Amino acid sequence: MKLRSFLLAWLCLGMTLHAQEYFPKNDGVSNKKSSYTAFTGAVIHVSPTEIIENGTLLIKDGTIVATGTQVNIPENAIVKKVDGKHIYPSFIDLYSDFGVAQPQRAKQNNRPQYDAAREGYYWNDHIIPDQKAVEHFSYDKKKAEAYLKSGFGVLNAHKADGIMRGTSVLVALNHEGDNNERILKQDAAQHMSLSRSVATNQSYPSSLMGSLALIRQVYHDAKWYEQEDKTQTDLALEALLANRQLPVIFEANDKLNALRADKIADQFGLNFILKGGGDEFERADAIAATGAAFIIPVNYPDAYDVSDPYQTDIISLADMRMWNQAPSNPAVLASKGVEFSFTTADLKKKNEFLPNIRKAVTYGLNKEQALAALTTIPARLIGMQNTLGTLNKGYQANFLITSGDLFDNGTSIYENWVQGNPYTISDMNIKDIRGAYTLTVNGTSYDLNISGDLNKLKTELKKDSTVIASKINYTNGWVNIFYTPEGEGETQFVRLNAAAGEGNDLSGQGVLTNGKQVAWTAKKQEATEEKGSGNGKEAAKPEILPLTYPNMAYGLTEAAKKEDVLFKNATVWTSEEAGILENTDVLVKDGKIAAIGKDLEAGNARVIDATGKHLTAGIIDEHSHIAAASINEGGHNSSAEVKIEDVVDPEDIDIYRNLSGGVTTIQILHGSANPIGGRSALIKLKWGEDADDMILDQSPKFIKFALGENVKQSNWGAYQTVRFPQSRMGVEQVFTDYFQRAKEYDEAWKAYNALSKKQRSRTKAPRYDEEMETLAEIINGERFISCHSYVQSEINMLMKVAEKFGFRVNTFTHILEGYKVADKMAEHGVGGSTFSDWWAYKYEVKDAIPYNAAIMHNQGVTVAINSDDAEMSRRLNQEAAKTVKYGGMSEEEAWKFVTLNPAKLLHIDNRTGSIKEGKDADLVLWSDHPMSIYAIAEKTMIEGTVYYDHETMEAMYQKNQEERNRLINMMLAAKNKGMRTKAPEKKEKIHLHCDSEIYQK
Amino acid sequence: MLKLKYTIAALLTAGLGLVQAQQTPAPAQDGPVLITGATAHIGNGEVIENSAVGFAEGKIVYVGPADGANASEYTRVIDADGKHVYPGFIALNATLGLVEIDAVRASNDIEEVGHFLPNIRSIIAYNAESQVVESMRPNGVLQAQITPREGRISGTSSVVQLDAWNWEDAAIKTDDAIHMTWPNSLTRKRWWMGEGRGFKPNDKYATEVEEVGAFIDQAKAYLKGVQSPRNLALEAMKGIFDGSQKLFVNVNGAKEITDMVRFMEAHAISNVVIVGGEQADAVAGLLAEKKIPVIVSRPHRLPETDDAPIKKPFTLASELAKKGVLVGIDVSGQMERMNTRNLPFYAGTVAAYGMDKEKAVALITGNAARILGIDDFTGTLETGKDATLFISEGDALDMRTNQLSKAFIQGRDISLETHQTELWDRYSEKYSGK
Repeated sequence: MKLRSFLLAWLCLGMTLHAQEYFPKNDGVSNKKSSYTAFTGAVIHVSPTEIIENGTLLIKDGTIVATGTQVNIPENAIVKKVDGKHIYPSFIDLYSDFGVAQPQRAKQNNRPQYDAAREGYYWNDHIIPDQKAVEHFSYDKKKAEAYLKSGFGVLNAHKADGIMRGTSVLVALNHEGDNNERILKQDAAQHMSLSRSVATNQSYPSSLMGSLALIRQVYHDAKWYEQEDKTQTDLALEALLANRQLPVIFEANDKLNALRADKIADQFGLNFILKGGGDEFERADAIAATGAAFIIPVNYPDAYDVSDPYQTDIISLADMRMWNQAPSNPAVLASKGVEFSFTTADLKKKNEFLPNIRKAVTYGLNKEQALAALTTIPARLIGMQNTLGTLNKGYQANFLITSGDLFDNGTSIYENWVQGNPYTISDMNIKDIRGAYTLTVNGTSYDLNISGDLNKLKTELKKDSTVIASKINYTNGWVNIFYTPEGEGETQFVRLNAAAGEGNDLSGQGVLTNGKQVAWTAKKQEATEEKGSGNGKEAAKPEILPLTYPNMAYGLTEAAKKEDVLFKNATVWTSEEAGILENTDVLVKDGKIAAIGKDLEAGNARVIDATGKHLTAGIIDEHSHIAAASINEGGHNSSAEVKIEDVVDPEDIDIYRNLSGGVTTIQILHGSANPIGGRSALIKLKWGEDADDMILDQSPKFIKFALGENVKQSNWGAYQTVRFPQSRMGVEQVFTDYFQRAKEYDEAWKAYNALSKKQRSRTKAPRYDEEMETLAEIINGERFISCHSYVQSEINMLMKVAEKFGFRVNTFTHILEGYKVADKMAEHGVGGSTFSDWWAYKYEVKDAIPYNAAIMHNQGVTVAINSDDAEMSRRLNQEAAKTVKYGGMSEEEAWKFVTLNPAKLLHIDNRTGSIKEGKDADLVLWSDHPMSIYAIAEKTMIEGTVYYDHETMEAMYQKNQEERNRLINMMLAAKNKGMRTKAPEKKEKIHLHCDSEIYQK
Repeated sequence: MLKLKYTIAALLTAGLGLVQAQQTPAPAQDGPVLITGATAHIGNGEVIENSAVGFAEGKIVYVGPADGANASEYTRVIDADGKHVYPGFIALNATLGLVEIDAVRASNDIEEVGHFLPNIRSIIAYNAESQVVESMRPNGVLQAQITPREGRISGTSSVVQLDAWNWEDAAIKTDDAIHMTWPNSLTRKRWWMGEGRGFKPNDKYATEVEEVGAFIDQAKAYLKGVQSPRNLALEAMKGIFDGSQKLFVNVNGAKEITDMVRFMEAHAISNVVIVGGEQADAVAGLLAEKKIPVIVSRPHRLPETDDAPIKKPFTLASELAKKGVLVGIDVSGQMERMNTRNLPFYAGTVAAYGMDKEKAVALITGNAARILGIDDFTGTLETGKDATLFISEGDALDMRTNQLSKAFIQGRDISLETHQTELWDRYSEKYSGK
């Protein structure tokens, strides 16, 4: 260890040593090479910003000795004339699994595994910061060649498994060298991700939000372990602490996860380097605002094969657009000032890398930025900016020799030198025979065009304007051309060969189809456009279709705007004491309800004639599972540490569909996989905006609890019988136990915080625990429970547990047997948020009745009607109306079930839920009586901004169809050009319910 | 009535969970009944204001203006002034009585093992005493087609009325149709093989269609021969070929629908009904021309894709009807049994999005009966047909006003009480007594 560091330091100082210096030698005499190599006459791209024309690069022992136009070439130098050729620093890929043995997938067991299998480490087997890639590294020659051919000199390789994945190894692709030379850093970076380890079946975390919560807790625990309590050893935390100075590379893989990871970095004062997914351009402003550096893949999607119109229908506009827009990702990020490097990760084949980088350039990325993203930026991100990434003196001799400008399509890489050792990709002395010729064979003239990569030339042979099948071979300076002359059979060939000589023309010997030997010539035609920026033509800038927010069907070209509006002459359902007001105006100003009355002055407000229409407050859904990337963290029986706010998905079409049904606010609840679920997100459905803008300001704090069949895993199959609880008896014990622990936790912290600074420094601080923090908030009345519940026994039980700990249950949700204990509920002061008419879907809803809402209401319980369902949520007005049918509610009270009452249950009735001066202008204009089945939501407004308009929606559909058609034509054109296509595919939308188990986006 | 309540209460206390007796089926009609003054929704698109509807011995004997009926001919006259009379609603492609509680496997009798199962008959598993079944009636759903599920050919359905002692009493048309699911040209991606999630083209589609063809060919050949040894599955296909049974085909894609129509023509199978028809609007002309009805997926569902029209589930039925296709409404889907009572509101939603209200009524009455081939004796308020009808306080397609005061099945005055109304009464009483 020490010795290696010493040697590395030596290497970095440019000392003239090979790693094997001290190795015994038994196969001959000493063979130390210490001569110089000089490359002269080159265009040297020293760094992205410094180019030397006609320069010399001098290297010795793997290190650059000098670069410039006035370099003194020592006597003992091998001189290579590379006149006119370009020299670039070799590329660096920070996100690779090169040579690192990847883990074996754990055997699947029917029975779940809740505890860690590793001993001496953290309690969770997905946390493996002690994993060292270097211990699993062996140089893979075949894979190395693929990297070398694509221009890479150095790779940062890690074991891509687990949430905390341990450290990567930085290796140079010194193809003929050994690992003593190649390994530049044995602990180059820490790697992290949001994905579970495949090597373990430990059930937690089972969701994206669980991964996020676990990462946070690990950081809390590491701090506590270091500062407060090391009475027990935790090798995983030890490793995490030991590596804390290293850069952290976090696999986000998509734009939203990048934003999520960045929040953790901010919370703990860390800087994550985020491995992206190529879709960052879709939220470029938010991405830029993270200030993080990115590692960007260039795996642009292939075009779809759209030749079958029916199959084409299944492809989403979002997927089609991604094909069109993805290559612009690097250019967009660069324009927003995001610092990024490129990676070959996610590419099917490494040889697609350079062409795709070039594509990024044709899509607007400037060459300087492209080169920096391949060289200096990754070098700096990995802390090797003094050794790697440029061709300055003292840097490693890692460089490419190319035929021309690297970013031109026709340019070939001849050689890739790593640590002073060459890897030859193509013979740089090979004569470039590409061009147009007049071929004359046996008195017949043809047009011959030779093009393509020098290693893989293509021919086009024409007689007059008829194309003739032909083929070319060009190796070791010999040209062989085959073709089938007109009028001859397909198996008849004329064979020509020639040695490529000094001049521009080709000439040699050939054999005709009849076996006759002839001489032939190919005279090069005048080049029409010989010199430009290189030998490739400037590709035309492709047509990039505009983004929308979100970037999918029904996305907005620009964010919806707040406006002042006067609704004129409506039937206004106030959901207040004022009741239902006929022929009334409502004025909206600055996002608030400014006035309600007759004949109001519009002022500058837009006037909407609402004659014959009904205006209501926006619908509030107390129980929703839309707009979230994950819903259940079922890996533990309590998951109070997880937050739906972490995983709000602002790109869920169900947001827009909910708006179309007049919904403006929802509570996204955790599912019911466990007795203590996760924290809720309260959002307004501000379609087109970022997740954080949808989440309510100063949002009241909520958490989901659950009872009954789901939490005791009754319907999870025969093997799910090991997790406590398995009965309603156990459920009570879970709550009592957790609340007791939270109480003790809270007391411990209160006692600690009451100490003086001096006393605190001498006292061990309690361990910070997000789960306990959350539960303590409940006991302290700062967080409210919305509890999934069905039968009367359990409803009663939870109220008793809460009373014992001195708090009140805020809401029972579902609460289908609430009618049996409505009096007790009223006494406890808990609300009920129920379904209008669901029942019979499982045993515990056998006695569910649609009269439930009415009975609870009649007993003085605050009642709401909720959806728990993406479909029903857009018809909540109809569901409220069912309480008129079942139980005879008055229409005015029934309407409160979906507006004011859920607002009360969510503690937001001070700002929304009714039409009252000063409240948020969350309003819906209906074509008819809002609880009539014939009512259509014509306009849905949130805080003065119209996010949904029925007519606009229909126009957007037409516009989307036109755009689809345009993209289909572009794809057909691409297919006709011979570009690769893939079969159509249809996205699968998984609609989440309470019961939705493990699902991770 | 009170007695019954106590019986139920006793049963509950005894903890007899799943199998509780439903309301006692009503006895046969004992005297002629006349309903006067109501708005009569005939079920064929027509409506009669201030009507009279008379029925005797289970059959309708008069439908017309109130002043055209002779009240003295009736032993019972119901004044329904300002109310509405409808034919009993008919649930198509339903599974009522085949599953009591979704999550309780023991209560599930909805599907069998195998792929080609025309011999499987739903009627013998139909639980006439299901609590879910009785909960249909207060919403006006009085008849249903009971259908087996799964498999390529799922089995044979029967049509029942929803007030009966047993399945034999319940059946109003036994073995009315065979049900199948047409192969899908898309197949789920194998995400575990790195294909991601979602669907891709199904390269076995043609093979799967050929398998159906092969089964039909075998059945035809079998039925022409001596039929020995006996083959129950092939034998059960007989009704499809002789025209006595319909073939209900679950199919959604425009391509699949087109293939299916051509396939059925090639195999000389008429009497085909489409169930689902998500993309039927794209081939509506073909369906109208071939006179193939479509039972559209229930409107209370989400659009198929992110890109689809936001309101497509609500408008599909109208789009098809406008182009001359005979349309009904499917009740299958998530939690379908308990949701089947929302059938009137499915039709109401269709009316909200562009269909004439009386035509929307027809979707779940006259059209449904025609699709099932039972329109000769039920489905509309027309003389000679079964007196299966109900009186609602208001528009029965709107939940606010769907309030039934009376319902009759074959002239029998049926109970509108249910397990749920019993509990409502019981707990209302509990609290009022306090």
